[in-house]
Amino acid sequence: MTRAILRRVGAGVLVLWAAATAAYLALLAAPGDTVDAIIGDGADSPLIRSQIIQEWHLDRPAVVQYVDFLARAVQGDLGRSYLLQRPVAEVIGGQLGPTLQLAATAAGFGIVLALVLAVVARRPWVRRLSSTTELVLVSTPPFLIGIVLLSLFSFRLGWFPVSGAQGAAALVLPAITMGLPIAGTLAQVLRDGLDRALDEPFAVTARARGLRESAVLVRHALKHALLPTVTMLGWSFGVLIGGTVIIEQVFGRPGLGQVTVQAVNASDLPVVLAVVILAAAVFVVVNTLTDLAYLVIDPRLRRS
Amino acid sequence: MINVEDLRVTFHLPRRTVEAVRGVSFTVEPGECVAIVGESGSGKSVTARSLVGLAGPGARVDATRLEVDGQDARRFAPRDWRRLRGGFAGLVLQDALVSLDPLRTVGAEIGEVLRVHGQGSRLSRTKQVHRLLTEVHVPEPERRAKQYPHQLSGGLRQRALIASALAGGPKLLIADEPTTALDATVQAQILTLLAERRAAGETLLLISHDLAVVSRLADRILVMKDGRLVESGPSRVLLTGADHPYTRELIAAATGRRRARTAQPGPEPVVIAEAAALRKVYGDRTVVRDVGLSIRHGEIVGLVGESGSGKTTVAQLLFGLVEPTSGSVTFEGARFSGVPERARRPLRRKLQFIAQDPLSAFDPRWTVRRIVAEALPRGATVTPLLERVGLGEDVLDRYPRQLSGGQRQRVAIARALAPRPSLIICDEPVSALDVSVQAQVLDLLAEIRERDGTALLFISHDLGVIRDLADRVLVMHDGRVVEEGDVAAVFDRPGHEYTRKLLDAVPKLEVPA
Amino acid sequence: MTIALIRPVAARLTWRVPRPGVTAAALFLLVALTSAVWPSLFAGDPLAADPLHVLEGPSGQHWFGTDQLGRDVFGRVVHGARHSLTIGVSAIVIAVGAGILLGLIAGLSHRIADEALSRSFDALSAFPLVLLALLFIAIAGTGTTSLIVAIGVALVPHFARVVRAQTFVVRRAAYVTHAVAFGAGRARLVVRHVLPNVLGPIPVLAVIGLGEAILLAAGLSFLGMGPQPPSPEWGAMISEGRGYLHIAWWTSILPGAVVTATIISLTVAGRFLQRRFEGRDLA
Repeated sequence: MTRAILRRVGAGVLVLWAAATAAYLALLAAPGDTVDAIIGDGADSPLIRSQIIQEWHLDRPAVVQYVDFLARAVQGDLGRSYLLQRPVAEVIGGQLGPTLQLAATAAGFGIVLALVLAVVARRPWVRRLSSTTELVLVSTPPFLIGIVLLSLFSFRLGWFPVSGAQGAAALVLPAITMGLPIAGTLAQVLRDGLDRALDEPFAVTARARGLRESAVLVRHALKHALLPTVTMLGWSFGVLIGGTVIIEQVFGRPGLGQVTVQAVNASDLPVVLAVVILAAAVFVVVNTLTDLAYLVIDPRLRRS
Repeated sequence: MINVEDLRVTFHLPRRTVEAVRGVSFTVEPGECVAIVGESGSGKSVTARSLVGLAGPGARVDATRLEVDGQDARRFAPRDWRRLRGGFAGLVLQDALVSLDPLRTVGAEIGEVLRVHGQGSRLSRTKQVHRLLTEVHVPEPERRAKQYPHQLSGGLRQRALIASALAGGPKLLIADEPTTALDATVQAQILTLLAERRAAGETLLLISHDLAVVSRLADRILVMKDGRLVESGPSRVLLTGADHPYTRELIAAATGRRRARTAQPGPEPVVIAEAAALRKVYGDRTVVRDVGLSIRHGEIVGLVGESGSGKTTVAQLLFGLVEPTSGSVTFEGARFSGVPERARRPLRRKLQFIAQDPLSAFDPRWTVRRIVAEALPRGATVTPLLERVGLGEDVLDRYPRQLSGGQRQRVAIARALAPRPSLIICDEPVSALDVSVQAQVLDLLAEIRERDGTALLFISHDLGVIRDLADRVLVMHDGRVVEEGDVAAVFDRPGHEYTRKLLDAVPKLEVPA
Repeated sequence: MTIALIRPVAARLTWRVPRPGVTAAALFLLVALTSAVWPSLFAGDPLAADPLHVLEGPSGQHWFGTDQLGRDVFGRVVHGARHSLTIGVSAIVIAVGAGILLGLIAGLSHRIADEALSRSFDALSAFPLVLLALLFIAIAGTGTTSLIVAIGVALVPHFARVVRAQTFVVRRAAYVTHAVAFGAGRARLVVRHVLPNVLGPIPVLAVIGLGEAILLAAGLSFLGMGPQPPSPEWGAMISEGRGYLHIAWWTSILPGAVVTATIISLTVAGRFLQRRFEGRDLA
């Protein structure tokens, strides 16, 4: 078991290294001079140029540049945004709070809604209704859901603020917007998993013991259905991170998404690369947790 | 205890309606052991499951009388059924690996019955679970109760499944193919356990496709086919004087027919394939240890052993699919192992292979016509070959998945015959087929050997089939060939202890006195 | 790391759509396709401004109302089909082409190369699509071509994974072993058995993937990364209309509804084809 965990953590470090390397190569591959790429649309002057060359060791061999880049990344130093005139770590760190708050709320809402849709709503016509709703939810561009909610609840009814991140009320609509597609996906996977598990022989055995259908569902089938759902949940975190980029724009919320969009628009590469590495880190953490969850749920995977 | 009249079960599926059971009547008296025997799709399982209200989703159950435990079950509400399940009747299904919840411990599964029926406190239930495991002869019950099904051997798992069915102290035990997934020696142990329950006065309803399995236990036997009861009666009467031809066919399949054998062709039979000192190691596991065998022209060699004995690996080694760790294979006088595939290619068409599951052995996009034509020399027609294996022209343009299991295996045989091979390796070719179809396919294989002089290496776990078909037999255990010899000699006077054990374990058609 | 099959979300739809639904989806796609090829069949000039009828609600004359310049929103949506479908289809062509190539290389190569390639597919396909595409745009700049390539590249890992997994399965299938028994060489095996069985499901996945690509394209051009105004691209229209949401909801929500309908139709059609395909295979 310990070995299995260590192997997974090792694989995670490998992915992070690959992401950092890919980000670095992307910088080199950028058209034109590397110094230009790093400056982006920021102020250009000989002083800044020499500063960049010094910071990225552009006057040294490529191997040294790369190793130094990795060494700095490990220490949390992700370079400097020449557009914003601030260290990248500071730019991102300052915006992480609202984004995490939003992502966590959306995930929680999505999970609860998925459970309600898949586990509670099992009567045939309710299933049909919720299946249709889920299809619409996963097919609608998330920003459109946001716009519809905004137009209805903020402009028409005035229940929630139109923009900003002040207080809990400002969190409601963005969290629902991001949570709905996740709920749609999770509910589909969960329902599918439950249906499969309820068809298995062990479910027949359980019924033959005199269990009520709801007990077969909760005590037996749910655990089996959780396996694919956990994978999907891990994947949903990726969607959440991608989602913030657009949703924060729709609701005018500060956060990582806003920073990313600004950085892409202004070709502020150091910030973009840092966001990518950060997303890779989240991916690794989430995936390791997913794998560990598998080990907890399924005893068959514990031998290795 | 059970009184059923004119039971009909119909499944309303989205596109079609399936009549699984079409008017079946029977009774089960207390203390009696009744067996329902039939092939796949005969409706035997559905009949048994209807007795506990678990016929399946979309099933409609009708009967003029459906008495369970003295109550009219036709008007049962779900809660009435639940009270009956586990308490009045316990259900044992085929494969404990999937019939016990793989994500829960064995103890939790057995204890669940007690919990549902509100028996005892949590602490006394643990004790009860240990007692139940002891009752079905599971050693170290305290340790086993904390383990998961995959950590137990096949036999122990099946015992645990039986313990969970017994937990509620049922008056009736329904066992649906309780030994089908097990090796012969383990099957014998489980049958002994069931016999023990019966001797203790338990009422048993046994479902099986194998007449030999139930003959030892059953007081009465019901034979089902296509949802109808074709024949029923006390075991002794039914097994000695069956009226219905279908029953007689099943009896024949269970007793085995000794085929008349042709004399060995020629005074000096030519060896066409030979394996010497074969050894195969996967990681730290040795799967095949020092196996040597030779196959002569026109000979049928049986290779028998339980799962994990290494017999399939031997087939793969002979076929040149897997390279031996050491040892060598010679085919038609040429080296067949340790050489590049290119060197084997000229000989390839002389060596053919028939697998257990023919469906996966066909490219799903190809019709029967293309599958067989591909194997024939350019320009040869497909029809005569299909006729040869007993298939008509109507299957030519069908896809393999549209054929029945028996038809598919015939196509596989036709394909293997097409290049006129000198040896065909058959890996469990009839194990997935119903007994009546099995007999036909075996007849076909015997006839092919007789007419073409094609040699067969016939791999099976089923001793009856080997005895039926083979001239010589090799018994494998734990990667080794433990015994080898003429079929009659080995079967009548087994020299090795393991062979004896294997032979004893085979369920024989026993006619109760 | 266990990253079980993660395909584009829509491919996971588990529920069987009734026939009328499939017909409706097919009809809608037909109309969308016609609009892309021959927009003037349904609507006039998408750029013709009418300052006298600004931000008018939906009516018999303007089905989707008019925008802040008095342009017919319906007309703009019809003309926008060309932009959005072109972007989606081109991106899918890139993704499928590169995906097949990389997937086959991984599936047919030996263990270490396969391991390295499929691990990268796994990691990349679990990475947020939007971020992958944004990374590309940050380097290559904004614009239609950049958008197409960005989406195409972001989707490559998904197709590569499917192709690799399929190749892996087919290569080990019993029928390939049987072809060996008839003395077939490696090239013959690949051409006659592996390729056709691997490529079979690709068109269906491409249809479903097209929905994903259009969804992504709309999102990115909503962020201003795609075709610039006054081009009637769907995502850009929704973004433009957002500024008038408080007085004229239709300028942004109705084009959005068309995007949604397109994606739903593609999903339904793709799933229908997939069922047909699987049905033919397993029945």
